[in-house]
Amino acid sequence: MTALTIESTADDHRIAQLAALAISLMWLEASLPSPIPGVKPGLANIVILLVLRQYGLATAAWVSGLRVIAGSLLLGSFLTPGFVLSCAGAASSLVVLALVGRFSARWISLVGVSVLAAFAHISAQLAVVSWWMMPGVNVWASSPLFATAAWLGGLVNGVLAEQWLRKVKHVPTA
Amino acid sequence: MFGETSGIKVSVFPVFSKSGITQALHHARLIRPGDWLVLVLGLVAVGVLITRFWLGERQGERLLIRQGGAVFLNAPLTHDLSADVSGPLGMTHIELVGRRARVLRDPGPRQLCVHQGWISRAGEAAICLPNQVSIEITGASKQYDSLNY
Repeated sequence: MTALTIESTADDHRIAQLAALAISLMWLEASLPSPIPGVKPGLANIVILLVLRQYGLATAAWVSGLRVIAGSLLLGSFLTPGFVLSCAGAASSLVVLALVGRFSARWISLVGVSVLAAFAHISAQLAVVSWWMMPGVNVWASSPLFATAAWLGGLVNGVLAEQWLRKVKHVPTA
Repeated sequence: MFGETSGIKVSVFPVFSKSGITQALHHARLIRPGDWLVLVLGLVAVGVLITRFWLGERQGERLLIRQGGAVFLNAPLTHDLSADVSGPLGMTHIELVGRRARVLRDPGPRQLCVHQGWISRAGEAAICLPNQVSIEITGASKQYDSLNY
């Protein structure tokens, strides 16, 4: 019988730590009351944005995926409709990060990336509800509210992430 | 990570501090050309959605209750009623009083549709996702009806 040893690398540790940080923010947010039902600021995404800039897309995708799965296990929403929405939002945001993350930080900072990702997030969620979960129901009637929340939330998260990046590590600009 | 990291003081919520968004926006290097583009286009998108969905026809005429994609009830707002709709989790109780409708009770865990409260204007909807029940107020004619003539 051969002994199976799994060795974790420094990268694994970093991903786990960052995912834990994102999950704590998600958990913190879930325990706070929301002014509008279903609207959350998405603070965990600050971590994803920072990871994207510091470690690249692959690490960001890992952290985001772990956040969605482990976070849902923690909150007891694994495989519920809310979990499916969470997956849809996270996946669409990652697509945006993959596309926009290629542009130089000189042209678009985490602020723009964050707002775009927030719009992708809410669009995917509305699309899933409208086409798959509740077909025929007019979910788009509330889309202005969600779009406004995405714009504001994206801006705030983006500014926080960009400020953080600049204060902690002086990224050479221009 | 937040708080003090190796002696560097970082505000967790700079939004509320003096070095917050207002100052950050004026900080020339924070907001890049692409960011302005995204922010402006985002505002335009929000504006388009508001004119399209909120400033159109507002007068509600009928209550539409759906269960699992099928129409359960389609009734005029003029007559008060209450309805019990059964879904995968149990009964969702809906009431229509004085041209307004709401979800009174729902077995869903987060109670989003119950907390939404009264809806009365065309296009408004409350969706109880876990129990697959939704209520929607429709106008005298849906906007796409005009395409039929």
